[in-house]
Amino acid sequence: MDFGFGFSPSSAADLDKIDLSLYHRMEKVAPDIRTCMGCGSCSATCTGAPFSGMSLRKVILAIQRGKEREAREMLSGCMLCGKCTMVCPRGINTRNLIISLCRYWDSDKREYDFSREVEVKI
Amino acid sequence: MIDRIASGFHPFVLPFMFGMVFVLGYCVYGIIKILCQLPAEDRRRFFISLVTPKTFVKNIWDIFANCLLHVKLWKRNKLLGYMHSSIAFGWFMIILLGHLEVIFFIPDRIHLFYYPIFFNFFVAENEATVGGAVMFFLMDFFLLVILSGIALAIIKRVRSRLFGMRRTTRPSFLDTIGLYSLWAIFPLRLLAESLTADISGGSFLTLSHNWLFRQILIDHTDLMLPTWWAYSIALGVFMTVLPFTRYMHIPAEMMLIPMRNAGLCIRNARRGFARVEVFSCPNCGVCIDACPMSVRKANIKDATVYLNRQIRRNNEKRIEEISDKCLLCGKCTVVCQVGVEGNVMRVAQRATRKYAINQDFACVDVAPMKEKVAGEGNVLYFAGCMTHLTPSIKKATLSVLDKAGVRYKLMDPDGGVCCGRPMLLAGRFDQATELFKRNVEIIKASGCDTLLLSCPICYKMFRDHYGKVLGGVSGAASGSGAGASGAAVPVLDGIRIVHHSEYFAELVAAGRLRPQMTPDTRYVFHDPCELGRGEGIYEQPREVIRSVGTLVEAAKNLQESICCGGSLGSLSLGFDKREPITRNSLANLCVENPDTIVTACPLCQSTFGRYSSVPVKDLSQVLDESLA
Ligand code: SF4
Ligand code: SF4
Ligand code: SF4
Ligand code: SF4
Repeated sequence: MDFGFGFSPSSAADLDKIDLSLYHRMEKVAPDIRTCMGCGSCSATCTGAPFSGMSLRKVILAIQRGKEREAREMLSGCMLCGKCTMVCPRGINTRNLIISLCRYWDSDKREYDFSREVEVKI
Repeated sequence: MIDRIASGFHPFVLPFMFGMVFVLGYCVYGIIKILCQLPAEDRRRFFISLVTPKTFVKNIWDIFANCLLHVKLWKRNKLLGYMHSSIAFGWFMIILLGHLEVIFFIPDRIHLFYYPIFFNFFVAENEATVGGAVMFFLMDFFLLVILSGIALAIIKRVRSRLFGMRRTTRPSFLDTIGLYSLWAIFPLRLLAESLTADISGGSFLTLSHNWLFRQILIDHTDLMLPTWWAYSIALGVFMTVLPFTRYMHIPAEMMLIPMRNAGLCIRNARRGFARVEVFSCPNCGVCIDACPMSVRKANIKDATVYLNRQIRRNNEKRIEEISDKCLLCGKCTVVCQVGVEGNVMRVAQRATRKYAINQDFACVDVAPMKEKVAGEGNVLYFAGCMTHLTPSIKKATLSVLDKAGVRYKLMDPDGGVCCGRPMLLAGRFDQATELFKRNVEIIKASGCDTLLLSCPICYKMFRDHYGKVLGGVSGAASGSGAGASGAAVPVLDGIRIVHHSEYFAELVAAGRLRPQMTPDTRYVFHDPCELGRGEGIYEQPREVIRSVGTLVEAAKNLQESICCGGSLGSLSLGFDKREPITRNSLANLCVENPDTIVTACPLCQSTFGRYSSVPVKDLSQVLDESLA
């Protein structure tokens, strides 16, 4: 029977069942994710947010909840503009945090490509 | 004139010969290696420039002026300049004169490498002849010049402050060996030539010493051979360790100068041009005091000189730390007399990294923004991320524009796309290109002829990079003749890119703005890194300030201005580490007790504002307040 509505799966996280492995790995490469108090200042100023839904607060929350895909998607919309760093009341170097997350998401090994030839002008 | 040794050989020359052959071999190997590392196009350009008469002459002159006379160092610090040029030029002259002596007096020995160096041992010439007297006088004169330089070098090691340097580099172990052998070479030469002066001639320095030795020693000829041995060994040791020490800068700089004159630039973090820059650093340490980070003792080891050292050691961990910390303020590049581009080098290191998550801006749809900007008004104002965080600057800028009757429109009234410079400085060129392509779309849709920026970070990005697609990314157009880089594709053609300080200065000069002048108010101007060193804009903001009040200067200003510490260039410096940098910069600005600190960068303003006891304002605010 169709009531015109249905049950959607609960969006509440079951803290006993979530996978913390990502959080523990990221904690090592970006210890500042422990310092975040979830105030959302970073998200409110974010340059990337209107386009990609980037929100650092949510990224950190997603990492804590083991929601790898969501976090990844949001991170890929960051423009590294640095506004979030300027406003974070906890004084977190958020840009560095984002860069570390992006770099070591899959493994904490440093990987380089020394062969690329590109004119470096800054 | 007599050949004292019939065979023209003595075993004491062997240490020298070994060192000489080794260092020459190493340099040839190094040159070939560097040439092979260059991209083919760069290599071709380098060879062509070598045989082009104009660059040929320029190369010779630059090498002479920089490697031997150290002209740039003289301008910076007379004592340091004298120290370096006396040793370099004096040594060059001694080698040159040595060769002339051989050509002059005993031309059939010119094929022997060591003859010009040990001339006085092998040849007995008399200073009574005119040729001998002149030659020996010149030899003694230049030896004296070098010895004075060495004396200064020894004093500098002990007391660097006398040379206006607060900090100097700590030499590595091999550097120390090179240093001591270099110091030993010339006193030993003096000793050796003095002891032989009564046999093979000398001049004012060597003859007088010879006389002295004859008074105090019973038989000074006993000491003759050992001192020549010692002299040769000192030379041999110096040349053998040379490739592994800072003294590698001597041959490397001779390569760097023609490469730079050929228009080459850093294309790879570790190879080719970058490598030559690294090896050209003589560890003079000038960049340590210059670096704003060095107010914290812990950051001294993050100066460019140590980056060069760690690159030579392939210490990946330290290279990464040093590259990430730097504020990219560019001051080390400005003060370096060799031309090591500390900031560019660091971005090149950052660009080698691989990321697990690569930003992707496919979702950034600019169509609505394009619609909004289309329409009347030929000035397009882009506030940029940082100005959005300091809305008072945006308000003041718009107010000034209104008062001047400028018809403008806003490019990012409700927030825009980042200009891409922070991304570029993080070494992520492809992502930066994606961002700026979107901004270009919006700018083009606006039909403007002037793009106005109030943030120097955006300004530098638009002015330097929006004129061409970042190298390599759209390299297909290389060789199209647009600009020196070869890979340039003009994308913002015909649109004037202007910073508000330039624009306001023009409005004031044209009489479209008539600020109220209050001579009692004293303003000091802080040159933001990106605007000053970055784009060479020093005068325009000062003109604007002079029209509203009295301008005083900071202790260090213009090219030597000290970064506010807030720079987006640094990836890893946290707030606590930046605070002493900001305070130091503030102290530098306040030496003349100004009433207000004026800057022309939203980031500088908010950084200073955090700790300053003196009000900190943007140029637009100061100007706006003075307009009725
Ligand atoms: S750096 Fe990234 S996350 Fe932070 S405000 Fe800018 S776009 Fe948003
Ligand atoms: S501003 Fe800082 S503390 Fe607040 S949510 Fe963002 S990262 Fe966390
Ligand atoms: S990088 Fe330049 S300023 Fe720094 S030590 Fe080397 S030569 Fe001197
Ligand atoms: S660019 Fe500036 S912060 Fe970086 S090393 Fe050079 S002087 Fe120091």
